[in-house]
Amino acid sequence: MIPASFDYLAPTSVEEALSVLAEAGDDAKVLAGGQSLLPILRMRLNAPEKVVDLGRIEALRGVRDGGDHLAIGAMTPYSDVVANDLVREHAGLLARAVETVADPQIRHRGTLGGALVHADPAGDVGAPVLALDATMVVVGPGGERTVPATEFFHDLFETAVGDGELLTEIRIPKHTGWGSAYEKFVRVSHQWSIVAVAATVRVEGGSIAEARVGLTNMGNTPLRATAVEQALVGSSASGLADACAAAAEGTNPPSDLNGDADYRRHLATVLTRRAVQKAMEG
Amino acid sequence: MTRITVTVDGVSCTDEVEPRMLLVHYLREVVGKVGTVVGCDTSNCGACTVHLDGRSVKSCNVLAVQADGHEVTTIEGLATNGELHPMQAAFHENHALQCGYCTPGMIMQAVDLLKENPNPSEEEIRVGLEGNLCRCTGYHNIVKAVAAVAASSSSERSSV
Ligand SMILES: Cc1cc2nc3c(=O)[nH]c(=O)nc-3n(C[C@H](O)[C@H](O)[C@H](O)COP(=O)(O)OP(=O)(O)OC[C@H]3O[C@@H](n4cnc5c(N)ncnc54)[C@H](O)[C@@H]3O)c2cc1C
Ligand code: FES
Ligand code: FES
Repeated sequence: MIPASFDYLAPTSVEEALSVLAEAGDDAKVLAGGQSLLPILRMRLNAPEKVVDLGRIEALRGVRDGGDHLAIGAMTPYSDVVANDLVREHAGLLARAVETVADPQIRHRGTLGGALVHADPAGDVGAPVLALDATMVVVGPGGERTVPATEFFHDLFETAVGDGELLTEIRIPKHTGWGSAYEKFVRVSHQWSIVAVAATVRVEGGSIAEARVGLTNMGNTPLRATAVEQALVGSSASGLADACAAAAEGTNPPSDLNGDADYRRHLATVLTRRAVQKAMEG
Repeated sequence: MTRITVTVDGVSCTDEVEPRMLLVHYLREVVGKVGTVVGCDTSNCGACTVHLDGRSVKSCNVLAVQADGHEVTTIEGLATNGELHPMQAAFHENHALQCGYCTPGMIMQAVDLLKENPNPSEEEIRVGLEGNLCRCTGYHNIVKAVAAVAASSSSERSSV
């Protein structure tokens, strides 16, 4: 399968990319790692006239220590996110989730920013980014704005990033010393999440002082299980099942060949308990 | 058309390509590296795996223009002076292939795996190869071959 013809543009700065996009109007598509976009173009589900490759903009790559937060460039490949010491120390949940995405080859190309803008509800990066209270930096013709993760995901494959705009950076408040786990349920290796749960907790004297829980594929967007987060405060390892029983509250999971909505609701409670338990262990 | 310069298996190649051309088609049809094959065309099987700047990628999911100015190594570039790369030799010795279709990609990914983790457990080998499908072998001898290379290079390391 071969994509339809397009013009290829490879800007080397964010400013240049924005002006190329402004000139191209509706007919341009941004290319990051290409691990979602190229299959789409090859299947001809989309046929843009212009493809604007961000791959030559060095400023969009890498992880920076921003004091109370980490600033991750949108074009940082998954494999660099997982291997990064700052991420492992201050945002362990993100590393745990990203290392489950696809396979090593795809993690070498796919980027954190590309996956977030793609916003597949079964994708593995939305839930941890939401649970870690990240902020997204979006630039466009009108300048730069920041969008909290809670307002970033609008619907299936729709985010706060509009036409002609770019996601440039993901800022993650440091969660130093928090334990974390990503429980991804699949039937065979190398599959998309049927359901997955991202949990990170701060433990004090054997019980949970603070908890953050994100859900993958339990609705059109990644979701926070806020009822569970509140119920977990003060829990010890033996009292988790009750607190996690509300994991599916307020969710709207899909029904498909992998399982119906009720099955997914049940899975969410089980995986939440497992994830929180593992997170408490480190 | 866009003019690109890519170093393929150590040789610099300059060509005019359509921006929509996939790297795998560039390698096979323009450069002639037919050792790299297309198995699925949906980026699932891993048969087309090559190294781009030393990291494994599925060449059916990269545009040739994205490789402009970069270095590609294919299965044809692994052997040196007519001598098989240790991973190629281990696949041969351990009967790690039957029809051989998955082999070029499997070997390229196995080389990448050991570069990132020189002493993998059996589980780590299996997970590291999860993006490469084999319809014939049941994976058993592939895992054995990769473990054999890891073991011989770690004994080499400890003997120096
Ligand atoms: C075989 C296979 C298995 C996979 N398995 C999984 C899995 O298990 N879990 C999972 O989460 N994902 C999986 N994926 C998807 C993978 O995670 C994609 O890499 C990722 O979704 C897209 O990131 P990218 O950098 O490749 O973006 P691209 O594919 O280049 O772009 C994706 C979309 O985002 C837009 N975009 C990208 N970057 C920006 C930006 N900075 N600003 C504005 N717009 C932008 C593009 O225009 C495009 O619409 C799989 C993919 C494949 C091919
Ligand atoms: S041909 Fe590229 S992954 Fe199958
Ligand atoms: S040997 Fe036939 S597909 Fe692997």
